[in-house]
Amino acid sequence: MHWEFVIAGYAIVFVLLIAYAAAIVQRGRRLSEQVPENKRRYLD
Amino acid sequence: MNRTTGSRLTRRLGALAVVTMAIALAFGLVFSPPEVAQRDAVRLMYLHLPTIAVAYLGFFITMVGSIVYLRNGSVFWDLVAGAAAEIGVVFSVFLIVSGALWGKPTWGVYWQWDPRLTSTTVMFLMYLGYLALRRLDLPPDVRSRRAAILGIVSFGNVIIVRYSVQWWRGLHQGQTLGVDTQLDGLMLFSLFLSLVAFLLVAAWLLIHRFRVAWLEHQLTRIGFERALAERRGDLGGGRVGEEAR
Amino acid sequence: MLRDAWLMARKDLRIELASKVTIGQILPFGALVLILFGLAVSPDLTVLGTDRRSVLAQASPGLFWMAVLFAALLTLGRSFAIESADGKLDALRMAGLDPAGIFLGKMLAVTAQLAALEIVLGFGAFVLYNAPLARPLQLIVVVIAATTAITSAGTLYAALGSGLRVRDTLVPLLVLPVLAPVLLAAALSTEAAVFGESSGGWPWTLLLGVFALLYVGVGMLAFGPIMEES
Repeated sequence: MHWEFVIAGYAIVFVLLIAYAAAIVQRGRRLSEQVPENKRRYLD
Repeated sequence: MNRTTGSRLTRRLGALAVVTMAIALAFGLVFSPPEVAQRDAVRLMYLHLPTIAVAYLGFFITMVGSIVYLRNGSVFWDLVAGAAAEIGVVFSVFLIVSGALWGKPTWGVYWQWDPRLTSTTVMFLMYLGYLALRRLDLPPDVRSRRAAILGIVSFGNVIIVRYSVQWWRGLHQGQTLGVDTQLDGLMLFSLFLSLVAFLLVAAWLLIHRFRVAWLEHQLTRIGFERALAERRGDLGGGRVGEEAR
Repeated sequence: MLRDAWLMARKDLRIELASKVTIGQILPFGALVLILFGLAVSPDLTVLGTDRRSVLAQASPGLFWMAVLFAALLTLGRSFAIESADGKLDALRMAGLDPAGIFLGKMLAVTAQLAALEIVLGFGAFVLYNAPLARPLQLIVVVIAATTAITSAGTLYAALGSGLRVRDTLVPLLVLPVLAPVLLAAALSTEAAVFGESSGGWPWTLLLGVFALLYVGVGMLAFGPIMEES
């Protein structure tokens, strides 16, 4: 019972979650290209 | 080297997070039983409650980072504060969506002004303001300082809003989602598993988001240094050009 | 510090008396909001279980405080807009003054302006919404507590947004979630004072007082760092 709400909830959350994660990683890649190698990481 | 924000740590953490989430989903959606009154709608609890924990934790980290930044000007903590707030806001969206979708089959309405959902929505809007402040085109230290003050005060506000809304709705028959849910051992275990899974995911996100923020910070600094060098070059450059001719 | 606060407050109020922006522009705006509420909420609907009390009258405490909140946003914005062309607290002029005193002074000036607005808007609400007035003294206490709660937090947040080009859009976004509990407490306390039905109201008024004290403290502490614009 009520499966449509469960599916909708999980689907929306996970789609958004994965999209957000992908956006961060992609932005990270793009920015890394613009920054000199030795300055890319905080701990380097 | 380091062409992405990934590292051995994040790859392992990510793998662990995915595996834990998969198991948590299995328990939440399949192995755990439907609840007595809510039936299968209760499965949204395994989504709703962990996202609340992550959101609050994120904003708490923002507050801590803001305090440390104000004390010693540490860029690291300023960036952590900003990254944590963004993750908190994202998880607030999840919280509101899962809460509304849990409410409809349970209460018959998507929104019934229950204390937790109402106060967390206000919290969400509060931190949207915080993120807006962080995006402003200001001298970085001015911006960071104002954001830090906001980051500290906002968490205090979260507590005030939480308790006043709870008090308000407590006067009526305001029932928070989950309070009167009957949980048996397997359900508790599924809930705990989901919580761990979401915390791992959030940690992974935080590390990556921090590294992105660090890269942005470096780019800004490089931009400043370049502008400064050009200015210096202008002052002494005329002479050099003449000599070269 | 108190001397600086007094200087600041006097300066701000003198500017207001000369420019008359609060009474000439913000007050009419507030009145308009009250009237628009009447248009938005039909005066003919009545509440069940009361002696034919209109919905508008029943909602009047909340509507009054909403109108006050909107007016407060404008008043707070104005408080920092008068400082300089871009609204930034002029560092040179402020150099001698204690930041906590500046905060207190600005807050007091805005409180005075808001209080004047509330007297007129309150009168307007009683007339427009046909609201009763069961406990006038309680109402006065509530209004004082709520107004200081609004201005203490409001002055802090208006300062956070001062000097920014986006201040007119950012400050409302920052300040309204903070003032949500204040609105709640003020509306409930006012309801108790106006209708005299529930014995409650005082706990909420206490909340307002605590909130105000808290934000006066926070504001005084945070103003120094905010003003450090290098």
